[in-house]
Amino acid sequence: MSGALHLGVLSVFGDAINFIFHQQEARTGQTMVGGPDQVWHLTGQHLKVTFLALGLALVIALPIGVALGHFRRGEAVAISVGNAGRAVPELALIAFVAAFIGVGLLNVTFALAVLGIPPILTNSYVGVSQVDRDAVEAARGMGMRGLQVVGRVELPLAVPTIMAGVRTAAINIIATAALASLAGLSTLGDLILGRNVYGDAGVVAGAIVIALLAVTLELSLAGIQWLLTPRGLKVARAGAAA
Amino acid sequence: MTAGAVQLAPLLGQVTIHSRTGANAPCQAQESKVFCFQWAVDNFDRYTTPFLNQLLLVLIAVGIGFAVAFAFAILSHRQRWLIPTFTGATGVLYTIPSLAFIFLLLPITGLGWETAIIVLSVYTLQIIYRNIVAGLSNVPVESQDAGRGMGMTDRQLLWRVELPLALPEIIAGLRIATVSTVAISTLMVFANVNTLGQPLYQQIDFKTNIVIAAGLSILMAIALDLLLLVSQRLLAPWRRPSMGARA
Amino acid sequence: MTGQSRVRAAFALLAAMVIALGVAACGGGSDDNNDTGTSGGNSANLIKSNSANNGIQLTVGSKNFTEALILGNIYAQALQAAGYGVKTNLNLGSETIAYKALQDGEISGYPEYTSTLLTSIFGKEANQVPAEAQAAYQQAQQELQPNGETAFAPTPFADANALGMLKTKADELGVTTISDLQGKSQDLTLYGSPECRQRVDCLVGLQDVYGLQFKSFNPVDIGLRYTVLDKGQADASILFTSDAQLAANPDKYVLLQDDKGIFPSGNVIWVTDDATVQKAGPDYQATIEKVQQGLTLPVMQELNARVDIDKQDPAAVATQYLKEDGYIQ
Repeated sequence: MSGALHLGVLSVFGDAINFIFHQQEARTGQTMVGGPDQVWHLTGQHLKVTFLALGLALVIALPIGVALGHFRRGEAVAISVGNAGRAVPELALIAFVAAFIGVGLLNVTFALAVLGIPPILTNSYVGVSQVDRDAVEAARGMGMRGLQVVGRVELPLAVPTIMAGVRTAAINIIATAALASLAGLSTLGDLILGRNVYGDAGVVAGAIVIALLAVTLELSLAGIQWLLTPRGLKVARAGAAA
Repeated sequence: MTAGAVQLAPLLGQVTIHSRTGANAPCQAQESKVFCFQWAVDNFDRYTTPFLNQLLLVLIAVGIGFAVAFAFAILSHRQRWLIPTFTGATGVLYTIPSLAFIFLLLPITGLGWETAIIVLSVYTLQIIYRNIVAGLSNVPVESQDAGRGMGMTDRQLLWRVELPLALPEIIAGLRIATVSTVAISTLMVFANVNTLGQPLYQQIDFKTNIVIAAGLSILMAIALDLLLLVSQRLLAPWRRPSMGARA
Repeated sequence: MTGQSRVRAAFALLAAMVIALGVAACGGGSDDNNDTGTSGGNSANLIKSNSANNGIQLTVGSKNFTEALILGNIYAQALQAAGYGVKTNLNLGSETIAYKALQDGEISGYPEYTSTLLTSIFGKEANQVPAEAQAAYQQAQQELQPNGETAFAPTPFADANALGMLKTKADELGVTTISDLQGKSQDLTLYGSPECRQRVDCLVGLQDVYGLQFKSFNPVDIGLRYTVLDKGQADASILFTSDAQLAANPDKYVLLQDDKGIFPSGNVIWVTDDATVQKAGPDYQATIEKVQQGLTLPVMQELNARVDIDKQDPAAVATQYLKEDGYIQ
């Protein structure tokens, strides 16, 4: 009996993979859906809005967080924003923007950026404000001024923490981009929310592709983090982890 | 009309057709109104079942997530080589978007409470596990030495010294996990579970509805967060968690 | 804030939450605060509870948009009044899912449009769907019966997809039929449900049969189909002919005439299987066909309006309909 169950499960996943690579007739009939062209197109749309939103969130949250951390002000605000951001339901955010402002690429990008700002803001603040005071003092002692201290000492040392925030933001954004289909933008969410048309195979296919995208993005950002982390920190961390 | 007469379609006028233009349109019929207080009061009971379902779902999911993460942490406390494996595994599960995860489980558990619980508890694993491990490794060496000096076995050391000292960090992780779970549980409407996402999704153009559903969800998150904070202060008043507890 | 007062504040908040929940759970039970006009005037309509039905369990399904929810609730409450034990599953997203639920035995039956059944599930072309309700019903029966399924008589009202615009926009373009859009559609944005993109009774039909290319097709949740018109973001939107907003604002929106017939009109028929009909006895069909007789187009639009415009609960609106037409007390 359980053998039949396993076979059934495997066959749906097999159908899903098939959906990605071969066009097939829609469950509602008379049109062809699926296949690499459609999946690729939707993936591109999905990534486009993800990167736009992530970029916007970075541009807004990173300078503010770093500045607050450098001057060690506004701790309460910076931390609360992070906590508050975690509590906001994504579906509500999309619905809110759709009902109050409007639908479409611009509005969805804005909504997703709002989702990405809290973790980046909080982690930039925490990362920069927790940089070893001795290092900052030494830098000041060497004659560096504000911006130089930030750029050459605080930011590099804060990279692990800041990047952790960026990664969280990226995951939140790429996950919520699937809901953009409700608000005027075609993304991989079309497949997931279109079970009537795409069938179980299409829905699972959409889920697989989104999951792969998210994991790939996370790994890429981890790679970027590794590249940006100063060598000394890497050595120190390796020592601590042993 | 005699009792035996065959009644065809009822007269049209028996269902009152209301006029809904301009002046006599109620608040909720006007697109521009942000919050209709009277409608909210009259219809608040529509949100109680979704609210309670969501609360139950969150408690179950965080409970299971904590139990599993705790088991992992105890296992990897002595077998430290397990830590990267568990961290990696829970990390991958954390990275998979919940909406996608629901439908990845579609062929296996279908849609419903089972799927929702799996998705939500898996999502909490990474943060809880990481925080338990971090909390345990932040236990001061002096405390461990003192315990050993008193003749404690490894097991006694763990349960009587290390875990209590790690409690602030553990609860910090629980707080983050709980708040996140409350937010994500609204998405479980796509798994056919009637949480606050259901009324939200059902009338996605109605501003008052969005405000109420989102507001209730956020309130739930805040309340549970405060509850956990209070219990941490009660259970471990001697320490504050380090800033290491982050998402 | 000191530790002590924070603890107090937290407990106060928790207490407030518990009290609020308690009040909400215990109070606020009555939904019938609308004028219902003449009620219970027609005793011949009254559904009589038959004790023979008491042990029989039926599961009423429906799709999850306003009209379907109202219908599902009407049928569920009517069957309950007739003495059946009724469970509901009113969250079946669209026809292939609902039909599959029926075939899998998860539901006893659900309300379906004849047009959707024939085109989507049985693969007929839009122009093969009979315009007349009884003819479409007969054709549906012919398709269902080999599968061991059957349907009951159609409702008075019919619903169809439609291409709608703001009247001001339609006048500006000088269009009254969909064919009039030829040569103009490439400057127009079209909004519809995400699955509209792949449906012949939607975007695909507009592209293939009318030869229209739109500037863009944007998917939105169907709950926003009027919002996008009102906000000026959509030049054209896919609407439904039985929508409340059309009746409430007859001068604001206009439906373009479907001169090539890609949007077949469908009355609602209750689709079920032979096994359930056997098990449930004669009251099953009799109740369903009786309770839907009051559902003319103006009535359906009114019920839709109570949910979509007045934001009432579909279950409550269903009860109002049943009471206003005298089916239940």
